[in-house]
Amino acid sequence: MTTAHAGTTAAPVVRMQGVTIDFPGVKALDAVDFRLLPGEIHALMGENGAGKSTLIKVLTGVYDPDAGSITVNGVEQRFAGPRQAQDAGISTVYQEVNLCPNLTVAENILLGREPRRLGRIDYRAMKRRAAELLGQLDLTVDPGSTLGAHPIAIQQLVAIARATAISARVLILDEPTSSLDADEVAELFRVMRRLRDSGTAILFVSHFLDQVYAVSDRMTVLRNGRLVGEYPTAELDRVQLVAAMLGHELDVLEEIGDSSSGRASVSESGEPVLSARGLGRKPKLAPVDLDVHRGEVVGLAGLLGSGRTELARLLFGADRASSGRVSVNGSADPLRSPRAAIAKGLAFSSEDRKGEGIIGDLSVRDNLVLALQARRGFARPLSKKVKDDLVDRYMEALDIRPRNPGIPVKNLSGGNQQKVLLARWLITEPQLFILDEPTRGIDVGAKAQIQKLVTDLAKDGMGVVFISAELDEVARISDRIAVLRDGACVAQVGSDRSVRELTSLIAAGGTQ
Amino acid sequence: MMKKLSASPLIWPVLALVALLIVNVIVTPTFLSIRVQDGHLFGSTVDILRNGAPTMLVALGMTLVIASRGIDLSVGAVVAVSGALACAHVAASDDPASAGTVVTAMGIALGVAVGLGLWNGMLVSVFGVQPIIATLVLMTAGRGIALLITDGQIVTVTSAPFKILGSGFVFGLPVAILVSLTVFALVGLLTRRTALGMLLESVGINPEASRLAGVRYRTIVFAVYVFCALCAGIAGLMIASNISAADANNAGLWIEMDAILAVVIGGTSLLGGRFSLTGTILGALIIQTLTTTVYTAGITPETTLVFKALVVIAVCLLQAPKFRALVARRRKRPTAPTGRAETEEIAGQQVSVPSPPSMAAK
Repeated sequence: MTTAHAGTTAAPVVRMQGVTIDFPGVKALDAVDFRLLPGEIHALMGENGAGKSTLIKVLTGVYDPDAGSITVNGVEQRFAGPRQAQDAGISTVYQEVNLCPNLTVAENILLGREPRRLGRIDYRAMKRRAAELLGQLDLTVDPGSTLGAHPIAIQQLVAIARATAISARVLILDEPTSSLDADEVAELFRVMRRLRDSGTAILFVSHFLDQVYAVSDRMTVLRNGRLVGEYPTAELDRVQLVAAMLGHELDVLEEIGDSSSGRASVSESGEPVLSARGLGRKPKLAPVDLDVHRGEVVGLAGLLGSGRTELARLLFGADRASSGRVSVNGSADPLRSPRAAIAKGLAFSSEDRKGEGIIGDLSVRDNLVLALQARRGFARPLSKKVKDDLVDRYMEALDIRPRNPGIPVKNLSGGNQQKVLLARWLITEPQLFILDEPTRGIDVGAKAQIQKLVTDLAKDGMGVVFISAELDEVARISDRIAVLRDGACVAQVGSDRSVRELTSLIAAGGTQ
Repeated sequence: MMKKLSASPLIWPVLALVALLIVNVIVTPTFLSIRVQDGHLFGSTVDILRNGAPTMLVALGMTLVIASRGIDLSVGAVVAVSGALACAHVAASDDPASAGTVVTAMGIALGVAVGLGLWNGMLVSVFGVQPIIATLVLMTAGRGIALLITDGQIVTVTSAPFKILGSGFVFGLPVAILVSLTVFALVGLLTRRTALGMLLESVGINPEASRLAGVRYRTIVFAVYVFCALCAGIAGLMIASNISAADANNAGLWIEMDAILAVVIGGTSLLGGRFSLTGTILGALIIQTLTTTVYTAGITPETTLVFKALVVIAVCLLQAPKFRALVARRRKRPTAPTGRAETEEIAGQQVSVPSPPSMAAK
C-alpha cells in the first residue's frame, strides 16, 4: 500500500475492529474492521444498506456496537453519546447543515465555546477568533453576517470551520456535495485538502464517483454490512470499485445503454399524452410549450433553480399556473389539483422524498396503496386480498427490500423508499409519469434498477418526464431533452446530442 | 402472545386501569360489586362508565382531530352551547314533557354543534389557521354564546324524556354509556373497515405528501372537526340531561383537557398520525376512575388534579420511546423480539409499535 499523501506508516487515528450492530432481523454491520489514518481523505463507499450510515453513527457515538472495539488515538473508547465522540475529537458535518441559520457565522462557529469576559460573551474576541479560523481555511466570509444569508455551500464550509474550532482530529463529511454546484465543490475540496495536509483525518461519503476519485486517498468499501476491502484510490479503477460495491449486479448498468438505443424510433406523430402550451408561473418560470407522447421519455435538463422542478409541478397541478394550460389526451380541463391530474392518469414523484413523498410512520403496504386508495375514495377500501396481491407483486417487481410490507417505510434505506414511491404510482397505472430526481442520493445499484425501470415503462407505452441533475443520466435515458435555464425553456433537442453539447446549452447563460 | 402484548402500547393504559381498580378494591372492598335495583345496574363501576361517557365521547372526536395534526380546544364551549340551546328550547316550549319537543331541542343543539364544527374546519383547512389558534377563538366565544342563550342563568327543565340520555337506563345499562360505546363502535368501523383511518393518518403524518398522492386533505380535515364538534354536542346533551339543567359557566369546563389527556394516555401522539381509539377509551376510563377513586377514598376533591397529574405522568413516561428503550435495555438483550417493528392487529386496531432506530443507510 503506497499512497501519495497518507503516511501509511502512521498509527491510525481511528481503528475499529470487529464492529457489529444488530437490528431486529438484520445485521447492519457484521464484524467490520476499519481504520482511518491521520492526514488522509478516506472515502467510505457502498450501496444503500451497505452500512455506511451505520458505521458513521457508530463512529459518532449515536449507536453503541453490540460487539467489537473502537480505538481513537490508541485509546479504546466506548461512546455513550455524540458528545463523548466529539470530546474524543470526532466531528461530523451532515448533508443537511445542522447549524443555527438565525445566528451569525461567528456565533455558529463558536457555539458552546464562546470566549467570555466577566461571565458575558466577549463578542469582539469571538469575531476575531472566528475570522482567524475562517482565515486558516482561506475563506472570506464576514463572521458578523447571519449564517442563513449564505448559500448552503458556505454554510457547509462554516460547519467545517466549526469542526476545526473544536480541533477535531477526525472530520466526517456525510454527502457534503449533494446540493453544491461545480465551483462550490471545488472550493470544498480545496478546504478538505488543506485540512488533510495539516494532519486531520477526513472521512468522506459521497455517491458521486467522480468526486471520490478527485479527492480521496484511500477508500473502504462495504456491502450488506460487511467489509469488502480497503484500497488506495489510485489502485482501484472505477469498474473495480463498482464491482466491489455491487457484487454481481454490474450487467444491469450495461443493459440500459442498449435498451435506449433500441427505442430510438418513438412515434412523435399522433396525439400527445400531455401537451402544455404557454405554461408558466411568475416569477419562477416563463411560459413553456412541451409535448410528451406515448412511449417517450422527455428529459428536463438544467441546473438547480433553472425551473425544471417548477415545470414538473405545474404539469401535475401541484402548483397553480399563472399562465397557459395543460391538456391530457386532448382534453384541456384545467388541472386544479394533484387529484385532478391523477384522475387523468398522471403521476408525479417529487424530488423531496422525505417531505413530499413517503408517509414515514405508515407501513410499506399503506404507502404502496396510498395513491390508488386515495383515487378510489375512502368508502371503497381495497380488499385485503387485492392489497396483498398488489403489494407482493410490486415489491417483487421493484425488488424492494426488506421484503416485509408491515414495517414503517421510514425504516427502509433511501433507495428502497424511492422504489416504494415509484411503485405507489405504478400501482395507479398512469399514462404519464413525471419523475423529479428519482435517482438522487441513492446508491448505484438502486439507481441502475430505476433507470432500467423507466426505459422499460416507456417501452411499454407510458409517457415519461424525467428530471435529473446528472446530465449523462438524462442524456442516456431520454428520447428528447428540454433544456431549461434561468426559468425558461431554451431548447428542445433530440437524444443524439452529446453531453458536452447539452452542457454548453445549459451553461450558455454564463451561470457555470 | 405475551411478547405481543408486552410490546403493545396499550399495555400501559390497561395496567394503569387495573392498578387503579385494585387500589379501589383495597380501599373499598365493595367497589366492584354491582347490584340490580328496579332492573337497573348500580355500583361504582357503573357510575364510572356513566360519568365518563361524555369525556369518552369528546375524546373520540379529539382523537381524530389530533390524528390529523390538529387539536380542538373548543369542545368544552360546544358542550356548553349544546346544553344551553337544548334546555332553553325545552324550557320555553309549551309542552316540555313531550318527546317531540325533546327531539327538536336536541336536533337544534346538534345542528348548531355541527355548524360550529364547520367553522373550526373552515378556519383550519381552508384558511390554514393554526388549529390551536383557530379553536381558541371558539373556546372563548362559545362559552359567551352559551351565557347569552341562558341569559347568564342556570336553566332548569322538568322533562322526563329529556332525562333519558343522561340518566336513563336501557337493558339495565345507562343510556349515556350505550351512546358513547355505539359512537366508539361506529367510528372504529368507519376508520378501520374503510380506508378513512389510513388516509387520515397519512394526512396527519405528512400533509403535503398526502396531497400530492391525491388524498382529499381539506375534506378530511374539515370532516374531523365537524365530527369532533358533533361528539361535543352529544356530550353537552348528556351533561345537561343528567342534571336536567344547562349551566353555561360550568358545563364541559376543562373537558377539552380531559379529552386531550385521554387521547395522550391512550397512546396517540400529539404530533398527529397513528391513532388508537381503543387507547382513547381506556384513557377516558382511567381519568374517570381516578376522579371516582379520589371521591371514594375520602380525599378532598381539590387534590384530584394532583392525582390526575401523577397518573398522567406515569402513563406518558411508560409510553415514551426513550423511557421504554431505557427499560428495555435493562432487560436481557436477546428478549427483544424480532417482530417488534411490525404493525400488529390488536382488537381490530392497527397499533404501531415504536421501532428501533432506523437502520436506513444512505
